[in-house]
Amino acid sequence: MSASSTALSHQFEDAEQQREAVTLGLWTFLLTEVMLFGGLFAGYTAYRAAYPEAFILGSGQLDVMLVGVNTAILICSSLTMALAVRSAQLGKRQALIVFLVLTMLFGSAFLGIKAVEYSHKFREHLVPGPGFRFASPHAGQVQLFFSFYFALTATHGVHMIVGLGLLGVLVYQAKKGRFTPAYNSPVDLSGLYWHFVDIVWIFLYPLLYLLGRH
Amino acid sequence: MGEGFPLFPEQASTIAEGVDQLYAFLVAVSVFFSVLIFALIFYFAIRYRRRSDLDMPRPIHGSTALEIFWSAVPFVIVMVMFGWGASLYFKNSRPPEGAMDMHVVGKQWMWKIQHPEGRREINELHVPLGRPVRLIMTSEDVIHSFYVPAFRIKMDVLPGRYTTAWFEATKTGKFHLFCAEYCGNEHSRMGGAIHVMEPHAYDLWLSGVEAGESMAEIGERLFHDLRCDTCHRPDGGGRGPTLDDVFGRSVALSGGETVIADEAYLRESILRPRAKRVAGFQPVMPTFQGQVSEEQVMEIIAYIKSLASEGERRLAR
Amino acid sequence: MIATAPAPTAVEPREHYLNAGYGVKSWLLTTDHKRIALLYLASITLFFVLGGAFAVLVRLELVTPEGDLMRSETYNKMFAMHGLIMVFFFLIPSIPAVLGNFLLPIMIGARDLAFPRLNLASWYVYTLGGLFTLGAATTGGVDTGWTFYTPYSSTYSNGAVIATAIGVFIVGFSSILTGLNFIVTIHKMRAPGLTWFRLPLFVWAHYATSLVIMLGTPVLTAAILLVGIERMFGIGIFDPALGGDPVLFQHLFWFYSHPAVYIMILPSMGVISELIACFSRKRIFGYNLIAFSSLAIAALGFLVWGHHMFVSGQSVYAGIVFSFLSFFVAIPSAIKVFNWIATLYKGSVSYDTPMLYAMGFIGLFTIGGLTGLFLSTLAIDVHVHDTYFVVAHFHYIMVGGAMMGYLGGIHFWWPKISGRLYPEGWGRFSALVIFVGFNLTFFPQFILGYLGMPRRYHVYPEEFQVLNVMSSAGATILGVGYLIPLIYLVWSMRYGPRAEANPWGAKGLEWETASPPPKENFEQTPVVTEEAYNYARESESDVSKLNRAISSV
Repeated sequence: MSASSTALSHQFEDAEQQREAVTLGLWTFLLTEVMLFGGLFAGYTAYRAAYPEAFILGSGQLDVMLVGVNTAILICSSLTMALAVRSAQLGKRQALIVFLVLTMLFGSAFLGIKAVEYSHKFREHLVPGPGFRFASPHAGQVQLFFSFYFALTATHGVHMIVGLGLLGVLVYQAKKGRFTPAYNSPVDLSGLYWHFVDIVWIFLYPLLYLLGRH
Repeated sequence: MGEGFPLFPEQASTIAEGVDQLYAFLVAVSVFFSVLIFALIFYFAIRYRRRSDLDMPRPIHGSTALEIFWSAVPFVIVMVMFGWGASLYFKNSRPPEGAMDMHVVGKQWMWKIQHPEGRREINELHVPLGRPVRLIMTSEDVIHSFYVPAFRIKMDVLPGRYTTAWFEATKTGKFHLFCAEYCGNEHSRMGGAIHVMEPHAYDLWLSGVEAGESMAEIGERLFHDLRCDTCHRPDGGGRGPTLDDVFGRSVALSGGETVIADEAYLRESILRPRAKRVAGFQPVMPTFQGQVSEEQVMEIIAYIKSLASEGERRLAR
Repeated sequence: MIATAPAPTAVEPREHYLNAGYGVKSWLLTTDHKRIALLYLASITLFFVLGGAFAVLVRLELVTPEGDLMRSETYNKMFAMHGLIMVFFFLIPSIPAVLGNFLLPIMIGARDLAFPRLNLASWYVYTLGGLFTLGAATTGGVDTGWTFYTPYSSTYSNGAVIATAIGVFIVGFSSILTGLNFIVTIHKMRAPGLTWFRLPLFVWAHYATSLVIMLGTPVLTAAILLVGIERMFGIGIFDPALGGDPVLFQHLFWFYSHPAVYIMILPSMGVISELIACFSRKRIFGYNLIAFSSLAIAALGFLVWGHHMFVSGQSVYAGIVFSFLSFFVAIPSAIKVFNWIATLYKGSVSYDTPMLYAMGFIGLFTIGGLTGLFLSTLAIDVHVHDTYFVVAHFHYIMVGGAMMGYLGGIHFWWPKISGRLYPEGWGRFSALVIFVGFNLTFFPQFILGYLGMPRRYHVYPEEFQVLNVMSSAGATILGVGYLIPLIYLVWSMRYGPRAEANPWGAKGLEWETASPPPKENFEQTPVVTEEAYNYARESESDVSKLNRAISSV
């Protein structure tokens, strides 16, 4: 009980109000994230509608298998994150730490594979800019595809890195025994954030990789 | 331009009067409501001024009827504005048949204009009185905007695509041409003059210089020099489709869609030939991006248009 | 219903938020929303003065048709910096970050915003964004205008576009943090008994504003991100050579920047509702409709961005749809204006400085709104788009509207914020000077615009000179008008007579606590038992009036 009362900030009347406020705050924040990715998606969609062939060509250059594996890894991380939240609610400290670390491992693996994928693109001269090489009459528009490919996946990647940072803090706090069944909203909210970032990927994957493959 | 203190620019095109009438209507509505609101504020402020610190007026919660009234009245008025403005805009956006085409290329910081007869001008445009003129415009660098206040026309000029505007001058004289979209250092000096001349004076002006080639003729020469004619043969037996009588027609594409062969499509096909390929032909045409200037593209298009006498009329429909 | 400071301790200075600590740290590390509001007040005043200085140089150059005061590159940087600073660093944060920050928790009976540390972070983020932009201004400046149109901004401009864009990018996060804080606070922190329809309209306006901030700002962030990427790495996104579309940037930009206009004007409308109610001692006429109209304006704001692009080459049909939708903004705006006026009817109207600003606001906002109709009307917009008509129109909304509301609010709540009274005579005088100066500056620009003078022009044809000289003369008066309050408000912080809890006899929780408020706003959480603006019952039950009577004994 003392844990929950020390964690209560002075502006709130009680822990319940604090929990509700923090949760609403996070949902509102996720709303802005939806709009951020929405803006980028809108740009992508406008070009895709204008240059369908070029975008299918560009999409064909991506490694579906590698990224399919990566998507699976990310879904696993969502599962372990959900289990971490559950452990926190049940007050199982050891399990909480294990699941958080697992989530971080999956997240890092995702970023690692992403880095491999990026390095392939560099080698294949598919990075937009002066070094871009693509033998096709649609080269210009294919470059537009890759501009959006990098803008979208990099923005997603930055969100992943932020998420990993959050998880790191959680592990540290969990080790110190900060979370109890009564007070675990940081785990809960970080979980929400992590799932949101995963869901963004679930949209990105078909949009970028599965285009025009039947 | 009126003496002393003008409130309207000159009306020098067929659409200027219509725009000014609409403007006058909006000014009248605005003046009415502004005066009404200022008068009400003053009247209430004075009539119900605080006379004693103990004044405590009775509350009025509101009146649904009144609120509906002053939502409905503005609604009706703005819908009139919308309808009037949109129909005028719609009408003004379509050039009449038989307009003469002027080709405009904007670049930092000048307007390069070419007459169909081939004559070029910079920052000046001579046009005949009483003949509709269509402007086909593009930019070599950033966005510009072709603005002639006396004609009440304005259209952005974009890199990588054609935009059009048209006018028919109703008054001879010299009128301002401005660039209205901010385009860099000398934006405010990127202007010039439109000279509206009597038709015979215009003809005289056109023939004033040594008879040069028309745009279509220059385009035809380019067409040969660039070896377009080896594939695009008039008999249709080449590796590319024939361009005879193609302008303004609908063309079947390799992907199954169709496209109207207008200026924008012809431009795209010269610069990015494989973006929209005609059905039944191989993707063998090289791109001419970087090899021809925007002005040369316009000249080639003028030539292709000259091969289709009915093209303009088809397009207008 | 709470009792303010107990009378016997009057000899000893009461502890309040201003004297709770004096060190630099007590300010820079504070999480008190009232102190953060003052940090914002200082910063945005600085930016206002800076943006104003750029405006003065612009108007000075335009006194003569030739470009004889500065080179065109310099002039272009002046108007660009003026726009950037005024929009992103003054107008958008002005009322929300200062008055909203200070008053919102007090108005709803809370001890602070829901996330005090985020609130402080938002000020630091704002400052960081400001430093980037100032850095850009001093190292070469930026000449893209505040609109960053591509491909000029991404490829052709020689200015410090990236540094400025980063500044704007960063400051966006500061608005997002403020908006998020407000939304959560309004939802979750209201005092017992304070239902949604008992909220002051100021709170409603801030709620609508916060929604716009949350939905719009991220899209601007995305747009600026794309411009930044294109410029920094030379990759094409809006580059026509690759088939990219520079107009796509305009879509993304205006999807935020049109609603941004409502971020600037909605809070001001909230202030005006408070002022009109207080200085006519009446409940706002049609409270519900005013509250809903704020939400309606916020929602409509997201549907009309295309009206900035009627001549950009977008299709005729898109133009017609956007024109149609744009006219709908007129309805909630008209409702507000007529309801405010109806509030005066049979009221008890006084002419204190804030009320002069409020009446000025209604008049100028009316003109700004009506001229907005000209710009929604397609055939007219083709002619006046990108001319001084547009410049005049948005200054009537942003300066005549937002700025008047801001000044009115600052005067109204100054006794609460500083605990001091400002000199009323000077207040009324400067309100009048500002009104006159403003109209002289901007009214001629409507005529200039219809005559055809394009905006962002360094040199212009001679026939436009008379109107430009009038405008510049007005700007001088306006500048003086703004300096007067700056001087007497600063003066009053030290020398002004002390203010009591409720010097205006106003309604609202903020007037039931002491001036300046104690650190946690209220000694005890207040309980609300009545609707907002319940002026009629004041004679029987107003506690603060009772207090005044007691303290005068």
